[in-house]
Amino acid sequence: MSSPVSDPCLDVEGVSVAYPNGHLALRDATFHLASGTICALVGVNGSGKSTLFKSIMGFVKPTAGSVTINGLPVREVLKQHLVAYVPQAEDVDWEFPVSVWDVAMMGRYGAMNFLRIPRAVDKAKVEESLRRVSMWEFKDRQIGELSGGQKKRVFLARALAQGGRVILLDEPFTGVDVKTEEAIIALLRELRSAGCIILVSTHNLGSVPEFCDQVVLINRTVLAYGATSRVFTEENLAAAFGGVLRQFHFEHSTVQEHDGRTIRVLTDDERPLIFGKDGHLEYKDRQEHEELLKQRSEEHE
Amino acid sequence: MSDLLIPFQYDYMLRAIWVSALIGGTCGFLSSFVTLKGWSLMGDALSHAVVPGVAIAFILGLPFAVGAFVAGLLAAATMAFIKAKSRIREDATIGIVFTSYFALGLVLISKFATNKDLKVILLGNILGIADPDILQVILISAVTLIVLGLKWKDLMLFCFDPNQARTLGLRAGVLHVTLLALLAATSVAALQAVGACLVVAMLVTPGATAYLLTDRFGKMLWLSSGMGVATSLVGAYASYYFNGATGGCIVTLQTLVFLAAFIFAPKHGILASKRRVRLSAERP
Repeated sequence: MSSPVSDPCLDVEGVSVAYPNGHLALRDATFHLASGTICALVGVNGSGKSTLFKSIMGFVKPTAGSVTINGLPVREVLKQHLVAYVPQAEDVDWEFPVSVWDVAMMGRYGAMNFLRIPRAVDKAKVEESLRRVSMWEFKDRQIGELSGGQKKRVFLARALAQGGRVILLDEPFTGVDVKTEEAIIALLRELRSAGCIILVSTHNLGSVPEFCDQVVLINRTVLAYGATSRVFTEENLAAAFGGVLRQFHFEHSTVQEHDGRTIRVLTDDERPLIFGKDGHLEYKDRQEHEELLKQRSEEHE
Repeated sequence: MSDLLIPFQYDYMLRAIWVSALIGGTCGFLSSFVTLKGWSLMGDALSHAVVPGVAIAFILGLPFAVGAFVAGLLAAATMAFIKAKSRIREDATIGIVFTSYFALGLVLISKFATNKDLKVILLGNILGIADPDILQVILISAVTLIVLGLKWKDLMLFCFDPNQARTLGLRAGVLHVTLLALLAATSVAALQAVGACLVVAMLVTPGATAYLLTDRFGKMLWLSSGMGVATSLVGAYASYYFNGATGGCIVTLQTLVFLAAFIFAPKHGILASKRRVRLSAERP
């Protein structure tokens, strides 16, 4: 499987976007992603995350620079249905009279004929995708009657049914229970192994080192991009967030011998981001991370 | 019993009944898209904004539909322009633009036409509809029904998730303009039946009613068009007994059907939601 379609690459080169009101949302943004990666797009509100997403999806035309996938301009690539998009929960009209099945089928529209009449292959794809996110038994439910996590999974199924190779997810973990979050992460890892480029826009910093092997930090431009361990550091985050982040320090006195040298951190919704001594990132899921680091260093050699 | 058959003895009544049904069905079909896209106010605006076009067409002796269609699209373009170039909110923009067009239409009509013509445009006159106008209605309905029938899935996706439509390479801009153009054209057809003031009811009420009755878009389309046809048939028939107020009869009927759905709809009616609240309160 080495055809250009199965191994996509995404190149954002010197992209600037100005809106008609004169607001320069993005200036000279550059990053490159090769096939098989989960990359977090991290920045504060208004840092240009959604503008960057929109230019990768071809909704806004950069005033300068270019976005290419496999060396082709985005508009060309969209015709091949290679870019899939999982919207933020707030952007969806949940009262719309469509079922889970209908939404997943929408992923197939690009591949269907003029009248959008599903063929056997479309139905099979939709069923497979819904089963993969364990939503098959809910296929006839109206989408508003689902839980937060189920809602998210329906739209993931749509991206799967579409067969997108570059998948963009906007805030995939808001309103999602921990179990679903883990299921989504497992699915994204499968897609990564299959060679997809997965770009996740998130403000949930704690989850980034858990499942993203690369990070793009943005604040009106790309501040840094690359491997998580190298880019996702305290200094870079401070630059990206400019003092917006809340910090808690645990000092010697907090880490007691009689507690077995452990600290428990409870948070209501978002995972906390933990740095160890000397600013090393702390991972819960270490094994996968180290495999990945090894694999990446081998690739470099 | 034979009294009830009297309307069918008149040629003009029979014509009014089937033309109304055609218009009602077309508007009903489109109304599902209008209500889900949140374009109800837009429908109201367009149906009023076509009036100066109708007036100019009347003065120049052109078909109403041509003038109305041009005026409708011009109004839509004016709204888009003001929205893009100023900080005024969309509802205010729509309010300003459609009343301006409507007022211009009133001035034109009262200057160049008679009060009878004004009444026809504002309140409709399906009982006296002329053959060329019937032909217009048939053409508009045919085009609308064919376009919607062939591309309803694309338009549904455009209403539900325009971003997904774009990422699949569908032309969202084209879909947007298509829906607007159909809306403008259908307002002209509905103008003949119920007049400019009540067009918006034909374009909103069936869709809103169907929305209360089902959770599937395909079913909603059948329900809203069916309701459009049925209420227009019965309304036009009943107008024989109400001194020819066809528009009033059709829209009143639609309101009654809507109210019935609002109260009794099996899942989204107020009785059903009361029942749900009671059940969940009883549960330990």
